[in-house]
Amino acid sequence: MKLAYWMYAGPAHIGTLRIASSFKNVHAIMHAPLGDDYFNVMRSMLERERNFTPVTTSVVDRNVLARGSQEKVVDNITRKDAEEHPDLIVLTPTCTSSILQEDLQNFVERAQIESKGDVMLADVNHYRFNELQAADRTLNQIAQFYIEKARKRGELPTAKTEKPSVNIIGTSTMGFHNQHDCTELKRLMADLGIEVNVVIPEGSTVYDIQKMPRAWFNLVPYRELGLPLAEYLQEQFGTPFVDITPMGVVETARCIRKIQQILNEQGAAVNYEEFINEQTLHVSQAAWFSRSIDCQNLTGKKAVVFGDNTHAAAMTKILAREMGIHVVLAGTYCKYDADWFREQVSEYCDEVLISEDNGEIGDAIARLEPSAIFGTQMERHVGKRLDIPCGVIAAPIHIQNFPIGYKPFMGYEGTNQITDLIYNSFTLGMEDHLLEIFGGHDTKEGITKGISADSDLAWSKDGLAELNKIPGFVRGKVKRNTEKFARERQIEQITAEVLYAAKEAVGA
Amino acid sequence: MTLAETQPQALEFECETGNYHTFCPISCVAWLYQKIEDSFFLVIGTKTCGYFLQNAMGVMIFAEPRYAMAELEEGDISAQLNDYEELKRLCTQIKRDRNPSVIVWIGTCTTEIIKTDLEGLAPRLEAEIGIPIVVARANGLDYAFTQGEDTVLAAMAHRCPDKAPVAETEKEERNAISRLINFGRKKEDVAADESEYVKHPPLVLFGSLPDPVVTQLTMELKRQGIKVSGWLPAKRFTELPVLEEGYYVSGINPFLSRTATTLMRRRKCKLIGAPFPIGPDGTRAWIEKICSVFGIEPQGLDEREAQIWAGLEDYVKLIRGKSVFFMGDNLLEISLARFLVRCGMTVPEIGIPYMDKRYQAAELALLEKTCAEMGVPLPRIMEKPDNYNQLQRIYELKPDLVITGMAHANPLEARGINTKWSVEFTFAQIHGFTNARDVLELVTRPLRRNNSLKDLGWDKLVREEAKL
Ligand code: SF4
Ligand code: SF4
Repeated sequence: MKLAYWMYAGPAHIGTLRIASSFKNVHAIMHAPLGDDYFNVMRSMLERERNFTPVTTSVVDRNVLARGSQEKVVDNITRKDAEEHPDLIVLTPTCTSSILQEDLQNFVERAQIESKGDVMLADVNHYRFNELQAADRTLNQIAQFYIEKARKRGELPTAKTEKPSVNIIGTSTMGFHNQHDCTELKRLMADLGIEVNVVIPEGSTVYDIQKMPRAWFNLVPYRELGLPLAEYLQEQFGTPFVDITPMGVVETARCIRKIQQILNEQGAAVNYEEFINEQTLHVSQAAWFSRSIDCQNLTGKKAVVFGDNTHAAAMTKILAREMGIHVVLAGTYCKYDADWFREQVSEYCDEVLISEDNGEIGDAIARLEPSAIFGTQMERHVGKRLDIPCGVIAAPIHIQNFPIGYKPFMGYEGTNQITDLIYNSFTLGMEDHLLEIFGGHDTKEGITKGISADSDLAWSKDGLAELNKIPGFVRGKVKRNTEKFARERQIEQITAEVLYAAKEAVGA
Repeated sequence: MTLAETQPQALEFECETGNYHTFCPISCVAWLYQKIEDSFFLVIGTKTCGYFLQNAMGVMIFAEPRYAMAELEEGDISAQLNDYEELKRLCTQIKRDRNPSVIVWIGTCTTEIIKTDLEGLAPRLEAEIGIPIVVARANGLDYAFTQGEDTVLAAMAHRCPDKAPVAETEKEERNAISRLINFGRKKEDVAADESEYVKHPPLVLFGSLPDPVVTQLTMELKRQGIKVSGWLPAKRFTELPVLEEGYYVSGINPFLSRTATTLMRRRKCKLIGAPFPIGPDGTRAWIEKICSVFGIEPQGLDEREAQIWAGLEDYVKLIRGKSVFFMGDNLLEISLARFLVRCGMTVPEIGIPYMDKRYQAAELALLEKTCAEMGVPLPRIMEKPDNYNQLQRIYELKPDLVITGMAHANPLEARGINTKWSVEFTFAQIHGFTNARDVLELVTRPLRRNNSLKDLGWDKLVREEAKL
């Protein structure tokens, strides 16, 4: 047993469900107790989804435990197959129901007999893998299944597309700024004259998978999702892949040059140098900004970076190489892929931290006292307590990571967004500091301003006590309304009773 | 026993045993740790439980000082590790770091499945480390959403002292509410106050409410000369109310049937089964029922209720004649439906995760009576609904408003159906006369919003010109 207060990566079933519900016309059946179906809430709320999340919980309760769940699970699968005609139904347990050690593969086989669509058990060990690993596996499993299926039917394409083309692998629902990144990557590919063949999994159908071999190369922008699939496609079809995250001016250029090399090896004759130059100098403001006077003030400032592998590594490089900021610590919670992270960031920071324990990171931040943090919601929270500004750069996701406006982290527009984020994080710190000096912050506790000063009314102790329980942001209004009410009725002392009478009268 | 005598016949009860969405009962931690200020909640479960609390309830960050997960790892599940030693290690650490007055162990599905004997372990550990440990098995196999509170309160009922302390000073210590109400007043005033009360057997109310609402309901009864001796839960674990045999108890939430049973059977208290104090009609019925048990003629209730209704009219007229469909989520459904019928709405269906017809008997009877008086058809009450089937019924019935869990709200809105999240009623202050307006504030919000975006439809999502 371990005491835990916070989780950076979710449990395995969340990863599986993220993949399943990213595809079009795929349904997931989750074999789990009632309370485990919060994935639907998260997705519907965070993504502001207009469609019903295609996940149904086949509820495990006392009865099911006593009677066995096979019948119920099979029923739910075949029922969903008949109701919605999905191409594929993915069955997953949660870590809770996997303790029951049922033969779910057998359930799936039985359900397959009566289903028109395909039925599959997500092959994930719920005791060993977290959300990110499970997502990666599920994506790979689904893709391989449909490649094999097409191969058996002789439906695999034999030729590449005429013009250079790419599959973008790894955009998924509830990913950190994934939608915006995807839009930006598509624009970038268009600028480079590359056709986007398939984007997977978000928005594609399982039958798009068999078109994947037509692409000239695969692009895997996120370290956490898609690499095994790209490797599989390389092994099967010899398709090369680019796994350089195009975040920041330097890495975006490196990614594009790698693409150029790959295309030219396949007989294209492209030269992107001018494009890179143009973008770097004129479209992206980041390079100019880092040489501007504003940015000089940031030179040598200390920062701590923490997040998933993709974002923490990219951010560390940007801060150190592009902005001249001193990264005192770079960390990741992707323990399972720690070597890669170390290799990526070691030369750009003083210290590397690999940990899933938020306490350890919090302590490190307190010890290092950086001027800014770039981390997750958790580090933002730590920063609030320590009075250090924090820019959020990685999942776990939060409603704020689904901004209405366009905010990619990747490509050239991404470089502008990131520069803004960095600059604002630091200057927010400075402004805060100035405000503190001049006493501009209204931080001191007080019931409301001028509670006794300009008030001709007396508040009894119980009245005050009740007033104090009202949340700060409406307290002033409630107080004003109550006093108005009391004045109108010539009540001299405001007791708790008067307070509530006022509430009833004015609906405050 | 005072459980309501009338078993309503005409109401139609069905059970779909379907796949429905609601929150896990361990979510009660979200409000109980705030309510009981000296407590520590330890949820003993898997990452799935923890991630739920962190993401769906947003508990973790803010509750950190008084809440934690005891995350079961592979060794725990395969029983290689000794549960007692493991829990001792964690609880000793909690004692050292936080020193709470009570540690509440929240069991989960996993502790049920691997049959961890939490109730057996707790007394031993309690004796060893010297902190009370209360065990609530709020798991998702047996309960839904708000019933988590029921499991905690039922467990705490065992911990209420069974004798009123003799010394007067101690008594004051115990009674947090009288202390609050009498705060800063002289002894004589307090004594004089006692005369405002009618003589009646002690009454303890159960159900977790925010402190302001506790004060409001306590004052409401005081107007009738009824003194509330205590609340379960109190603000602090050390201030749990005295429960002697023969004390009267009354629940203020519709999902507390286990607590009610525990209080009756184990603590030999007498349950006053009343409708719940939600909406002016329910609040009035609740007060009347308590008065009648104590042989008190209620004073001024008519005027009080009328005055509240008058204050609601601007909202009531927005919903009169409209229909509302409850998909079922937090077990507040019957009380809310009854209030909304009184406001002039019709209710085709009330989904509810669990229907205790005995504990909710008085509420069900009032619902029936209200429907008769308002001349509207009785709702169909659907226990453990199937959300998919419900959606088909919603498409067919086209209700003006659907009160639903969060997973279905955005998609229904996208299909042109007004929704309100049921979970908001769980967290808002909705009890008593004072807060009736807040209930309607929630119910009418989607209707008011839609009035201001009137007739835009979904092909044209914004107004072309803003009216200033
Ligand atoms: S339903 Fe069970 S496993 Fe799921 S969150 Fe609730 S207690 Fe945990
Ligand atoms: S599978 Fe095991 S280790 Fe993983 S989250 Fe579930 S209980 Fe925890």
